[in-house]
Amino acid sequence: MISPRRLGQRSAVLAAVRSFFLDRGYLEVDTPIRLPVLLPEAHIKPFSSEGWYLQTSPEPCMKRLLARGNTKLFQICHCFRKEEEGRHHQTEFSLLEWYRTGWSYRELMEECEEFIRWLVRAVRALDGIIGPDALRRQGRTISLQSPWERLTVAEAFLQYAGMPAREALRRDMFDELLVTRVEPRLGWRGPVFLYDYPAELASLARKKAGDPTVAERFELYIAGIELVNGFSELTDPDEQRRRFALELDKSAATGSNYREMPQGFLADLGRLPETAGAALGFDRLCMILMGCPTVADAMCLLPDPA
Amino acid sequence: MYSASDLRKGLKIQIDGEPYIVIDFEFSKPGKGQALYRTKMRNMITGNQFTNTYRSNDKFEKPDLEERTMQFLYSQDDEYHFMDTSSYEQIFLTREQLGDNLNYLVDNMEVQVLFFGSKPIDISLPTFVNLEVIKADPWVKGDTSGTDTKPVTVQTGYVVWVPPFVEVGDRIQIDTRTGEYITRVKD
Repeated sequence: MISPRRLGQRSAVLAAVRSFFLDRGYLEVDTPIRLPVLLPEAHIKPFSSEGWYLQTSPEPCMKRLLARGNTKLFQICHCFRKEEEGRHHQTEFSLLEWYRTGWSYRELMEECEEFIRWLVRAVRALDGIIGPDALRRQGRTISLQSPWERLTVAEAFLQYAGMPAREALRRDMFDELLVTRVEPRLGWRGPVFLYDYPAELASLARKKAGDPTVAERFELYIAGIELVNGFSELTDPDEQRRRFALELDKSAATGSNYREMPQGFLADLGRLPETAGAALGFDRLCMILMGCPTVADAMCLLPDPA
Repeated sequence: MYSASDLRKGLKIQIDGEPYIVIDFEFSKPGKGQALYRTKMRNMITGNQFTNTYRSNDKFEKPDLEERTMQFLYSQDDEYHFMDTSSYEQIFLTREQLGDNLNYLVDNMEVQVLFFGSKPIDISLPTFVNLEVIKADPWVKGDTSGTDTKPVTVQTGYVVWVPPFVEVGDRIQIDTRTGEYITRVKD
């Protein structure tokens, strides 16, 4: 069980995160976590709950609120994903998501950088922090000084994977190379934004204006750990429906229990203005700031029968 | 059958007809990507190690492994013969298969022999064994080495460091996990 010292540090991070977003005029929301319909994603398996599902992220609820005229929202909530357990995963975990209308992923990357830099100064004396601009992890010092490195997925694959990202996709080796060759190298001197993902991995991101082979999506890495996933949101319900249909086909092949097309969500998506949104693994953030080896070490309590 | 999501440290699986034990394991999942299971394994026959990354739909056979209690009978050339204490069936393992276990193996000792199918591949010894000292130099007080231990040779030929009072003919207990002296025994 977490020590009182660590529980205090986690609480400090939670309070600081809230104050950052509230001070910037974001509204905090708390939407339902048990839902009749989710957003289909082939590689995310939801838990069933009396015929409904536990949320895998607050994304559908957040976007439905944005489609109703809200412009700046954030939420910190528990999410559930089956079969995800490891050093950086737990089946029940906390996500911080924030959305802002009128923005693209570019402005969001800037804000993400400002947010983490501000947060480290605000919470200061945690065990993973060694100065106003520096973290320490696995004996290495990570400088938070701006500007943070930005690397496209194409550049990162050429530099670290020894194979172009397109070729890795064609050979069905993209995930393996990303996990074994690229990710472990990212974010040690300072945090790194990996951006412009192949359109096949766009998920709910819109394709880049001028280059439809990539999507306006980024991931932030610190010390080899993927911390934030953000994108310029796709607001075209027809394209989103086609992508969901593909995901549902793949889900059937991976033995996922999820089969439903989110009709209400797609209807609302037509009213969503240009928006950028990010999801941050809150337990991973705590793990890094608190200098914990695993996410479980930074959680209040594990749902352990013992 | 096991699937990749069953993988964990210590699990025994079969790959290309050979038994492997998982010695290190890590779950990873890139954002929006698939679950990957990075696994380090040791071949239980050859001892060779290798690392591979599996996907959740990868499947593994369960290796047919069985432990049987057997008694060490005798050695001839490089073959060490054991007998099943209930069926009286006899098998042998080679010097190479037994490795460091030979430091502690004496006639009539009961050990657990691990079989892969019908093939014996390894043994596990009792944690503590009692062995007789067959050679010991007298300890010279004020030895310049500055330690108060001395080396003795036990009946298997193994050399172990012991306190100065241990003499030829004594029986001593040794921890087979570490190879270290525990105590002098009277039996």
